[in-house]
Amino acid sequence: MNKYKNLRFFHGKVSFLMDQKAAMVFTILLMMSFLVFVLSAGIGDMKINPITVLQVLFGSGPEMETLIIQSFRLPRIIIALMVGISLAVAGGILQGMIRNPLASPDVLGITGGAAVAVVSFLTIFSDKNNALTVSITWLPVAAFLGAGIVAFLVYFLAWKNGVSPIRLVLIGIGISTLMQALTTLMMIMGPIYQASQANIWITGTVYGSNWKNVAAMLPWTVIFLIFAFASSRTINIQELGDEVATSVGGRVQKQRFILLMISTALIGSSTAFAGGIGFVGLMAPHIARRLVGSAFGALLPVSALIGGILVMAADLIGRTMFLPLEVPAGVFTAGIGAPYFIYLLFKTRNA
Amino acid sequence: MLLKRTSLKWFGLFGAVVVMLLLMAASVIFGYTDTSMRTAMEAYTNFNGSNEHIIIQTVRMPRALIATAVGASLAIAGVLMQTLTKNPLASPGIFGINAGAGLAVVIAVTLFSTASLQAFSVLSFIGAAVAAVCVYAIGSAGREGLTPMKLTLAGAAMSAMFASFTQGLLVVNESALEQVLFWLAGSVQGRKLDILQSVLPYIGAGWICAILISGKMNILSMGDDVAKGLGLHIGLVKIVIGVIVILLAGGSVAVAGPIGFVGIVIPHITRSIIGIDHRWVIPMAGVLGAILLLAADIGARYILMPSEVPVGVMTAIVGTPFFVYIARRGFNAK
Repeated sequence: MNKYKNLRFFHGKVSFLMDQKAAMVFTILLMMSFLVFVLSAGIGDMKINPITVLQVLFGSGPEMETLIIQSFRLPRIIIALMVGISLAVAGGILQGMIRNPLASPDVLGITGGAAVAVVSFLTIFSDKNNALTVSITWLPVAAFLGAGIVAFLVYFLAWKNGVSPIRLVLIGIGISTLMQALTTLMMIMGPIYQASQANIWITGTVYGSNWKNVAAMLPWTVIFLIFAFASSRTINIQELGDEVATSVGGRVQKQRFILLMISTALIGSSTAFAGGIGFVGLMAPHIARRLVGSAFGALLPVSALIGGILVMAADLIGRTMFLPLEVPAGVFTAGIGAPYFIYLLFKTRNA
Repeated sequence: MLLKRTSLKWFGLFGAVVVMLLLMAASVIFGYTDTSMRTAMEAYTNFNGSNEHIIIQTVRMPRALIATAVGASLAIAGVLMQTLTKNPLASPGIFGINAGAGLAVVIAVTLFSTASLQAFSVLSFIGAAVAAVCVYAIGSAGREGLTPMKLTLAGAAMSAMFASFTQGLLVVNESALEQVLFWLAGSVQGRKLDILQSVLPYIGAGWICAILISGKMNILSMGDDVAKGLGLHIGLVKIVIGVIVILLAGGSVAVAGPIGFVGIVIPHITRSIIGIDHRWVIPMAGVLGAILLLAADIGARYILMPSEVPVGVMTAIVGTPFFVYIARRGFNAK
């Protein structure tokens, strides 16, 4: 029994079991994400060596480097990190709740809803000269609303004496196809300049993030991450199936609703600031499951870090490898994610 | 089943064909430039070079023919897929075949700046085939083998993947976006007859083979074990069905872009009208599919006049409620 370590706080009022292997994996990943973080802050048009980056981070670097890192690179990297974390955790929750490793935010249509909202926003609020008539800062709000509305719609349509995971997925697939059609419609109706804008956004990019974005996104991410980690026990129960979950005393429908809302909030906030970065929500929980098994207490934090690393790395590659072209991060997450995903399915087919 | 006796079925099929022909005529006549039946006839018998005649010859007629061919192909492909996978939600759109063919075409346009029609259709077939094989392989991986749920999810995941690649390519190449945006939405407008002619041999072969194999599909729908017991070469029949689906879906995408939901909606409606005998279902589904797409296309001209809604958007708006209905009913209910 030395796999787990028992931790008790406040005279045993708060206690949990810590998986020792998972803790080690978590620590290693934490170091890795810090490494990617520092590297990413250093590489770009102007190369800055990692030691200088560290100096800047601790507030004692040269002025020029400090300016570049603090005002251009840092917000972008932090957004990438938060987006990766949110998407990975949301994907992990959805996979546990739906009990299928193929479920992901993209498949459920939640990302699609955000995309429709954004494209409509760009189309409706632009005048004849392609200039936006309202401030672009409302764009994230639109995306968030879109994601929320579609999540509710899918949940509502899947309701029939309670929501079964299968119905949730199927309805999600149908709705996401509809969302795709509506997105295309909006893109065609709007001016072509907006169409390419919208297309970049749908593919997913953290280009042009600033500290305001970071400040706006941070509370969402932190609050709902805490909720997500706190509900990891209910996901463990959900994964056993409805009958078992009910008989061990879980309130299956209520928990399912709460879990869906947590993941929608996470997806919505990340879509709002980075667009539809795909496959992170699918891939990160898979990798995490291979590393630490499928108990969600360990799985969620580990997949969060993996998601963060993935998006940071994708953005780093996207903005440095093909200069002067800037390739959206979403292209890389799909490019790495999709083949990996297929490989995974073949590898585990008899497991 | 609405039509029980054979004579009624013949009558139903005949009636559907009449409706289809009427809609084809309507599709030629109505639109931004209103014309009449007489002008349409004259455009072919007594061509005088007027605007109306040119529009009918180069725009309206190809459009009507393409909508008919594509609608029929998608509906028949849907019937075949639903029987093959025993999944009521199976259709070229949901299973990623349209998206695969779409990606292939976008790759051709962006990376190789292809413009030749022949290459377009060949690539679209390759894309459809790759997608079909991938989805089938992924869907049947795992312990329980091929389950409807896994297949649907595999299709959705593969569609998502193809779609992100497509978007990625278009982000990098903005001028191509302009070229393919309308095509990607699924539309039968602005296509020339040449492109239909270049794929007609393939989809025509698909239609004929589908009708020829319909008897075997009745046996297949009883389940693999029974079919095997009755002496059917299951593997061979399934492969043939797969090839037909690829021909039909790939051909339609090459002509009209990815148009969704026809392949889901029509087979269900057809079965409720004419029963489950595939020898009736396949021709009837073909005719009804053509009717749906023709009607959607005519509607698409009037909703946002003078600009047009892509017909793929129309079918999605019509089809989604239906999809939700089937999904709520579940896989096992009859």
